[in-house]
Amino acid sequence: MHEMALMESLVELIEDESRKRGFSRVRVVRLELGALGGVDADAMRFCFDAIVKGALVEGALLDIVVKPGEGWCLDCAEAVVIHERFDACPRCGGNHVQAAAGDELRLKELEVE
Amino acid sequence: MCTVCGCGTSSLEQKEAQGHEHASTHRHHDHDHFHEHSHDGDKASIIEGATVDFGAGPAGAHVTGLSQERIIRIERDILAKNNDYAARNRARFAQTRIFTLNLVSSPGSGKTSLLVRTIEELRGRFPIRVIEGDQQTANDADRIRRAGAPAVQINTGKGCHLDAHMVGHGLETLKLEEGGLLFIENVGNLVCPAAFDLGEAHKVVVLSVTEGEDKPLKYPQMFAASNLMLLNKADLLPHLDFDVGECVANALRINPDIQTLLVSAKTGEGLTAFYAWLESHAARWARANTPTAVAE
Ligand SMILES: Nc1nc2c(ncn2[C@@H]2O[C@H](COP(=O)(O)OP(=O)(O)OP(=O)(O)O)[C@@H](O)[C@H]2O)c(=O)[nH]1
Ligand SMILES: [Mg+2]
Ligand SMILES: [Zn+2]
Ligand SMILES: [Zn+2]
Ligand SMILES: [Zn+2]
Repeated sequence: MHEMALMESLVELIEDESRKRGFSRVRVVRLELGALGGVDADAMRFCFDAIVKGALVEGALLDIVVKPGEGWCLDCAEAVVIHERFDACPRCGGNHVQAAAGDELRLKELEVE
Repeated sequence: MCTVCGCGTSSLEQKEAQGHEHASTHRHHDHDHFHEHSHDGDKASIIEGATVDFGAGPAGAHVTGLSQERIIRIERDILAKNNDYAARNRARFAQTRIFTLNLVSSPGSGKTSLLVRTIEELRGRFPIRVIEGDQQTANDADRIRRAGAPAVQINTGKGCHLDAHMVGHGLETLKLEEGGLLFIENVGNLVCPAAFDLGEAHKVVVLSVTEGEDKPLKYPQMFAASNLMLLNKADLLPHLDFDVGECVANALRINPDIQTLLVSAKTGEGLTAFYAWLESHAARWARANTPTAVAE
């Protein structure tokens, strides 16, 4: 399952940070997910709960911010908001929209103690 | 011994056998640092000093000795570790001038069949090596070796994709030849392999005409990440209602730059075009990645 693999990477990354920065408990994990990244926030939460037992992040709150997708409409020559990679342009209805941003999978910040 | 993790397997002995099972066991090791992939035969440590601390931004508060709540900005890609290994693989490919393709598809689209045919037809012209990724069995690597190319099999166990770390180990057991081609056949799965960079020059997505024209819309990440779509099993088209034009249009909606070639691993139809694509892209890649471009 895709989200599980991502969660494992996330937990590894946080453990890496804890050694570098010297914290031993994590209260909040803040992620940013791009809407075009193909990653489901609920599935991420589910995997987080399944994987945290015994890990540094056990008991932490997972806060996910979903960032809307951004496209560039070649016809309007303008940046537009899209929800899927193949969305039509919300302004002109055309199909010449190139996804420009929105596949982020970022660990933004941690609240630690 | 595995110089990457010190996991004790003699990976160099396994050239003709199955790759060591590091891929499925490495979670037992404590990978607490960005260890060097000092593979056998590396002339220079091309990755020395390449460990970039993405977390050391201006807001990366480093408070020592205080046990109190604090917020630290990290701003790292969740896949940062994989990306780091991928960068090492990529630097290695550039230094040894190995043009690498990562073949992705759903199970059974014909990746191994295409590779077998490609090896039979191109091995006189280029040294070819293959890394095979499957959850279980060494069947595909055996097929590749019978076709005449050295191959290493990586079994991912439960894992549904190859990651760059596994590929780094796979490289230890393959004697890469300068100026050669390396094909990485990923685990049959149209989801995760899109997210895991292996260090390849290009992803090539293989879609067979038995799968439905809307696959690009259903799995957009994979088609967005690929530079070439091989539409395989063209020989079956007379028996199917598959609309090639619609499939290509769907792929272009996801990725306006994707190229498509209609091929058949069975009859060889269209493969001349694929070989031409390979040669032209390998040449372009080689120009863009002359060894000086990756000098330390
Ligand atoms: N008719 C026809 N059959 C094909 C073609 N290419 C592959 N096949 C058949 O499709 C099946 C799967 O082929 P493989 O090459 O094993 O596919 P794969 O993508 O490597 O499969 P996995 O590694 O299991 O994901 C085999 O039965 C092949 O004989 C083709 O061009 N035409
Ligand atoms: Mg195969
Ligand atoms: Zn528009
Ligand atoms: Zn390792
Ligand atoms: Zn996976």
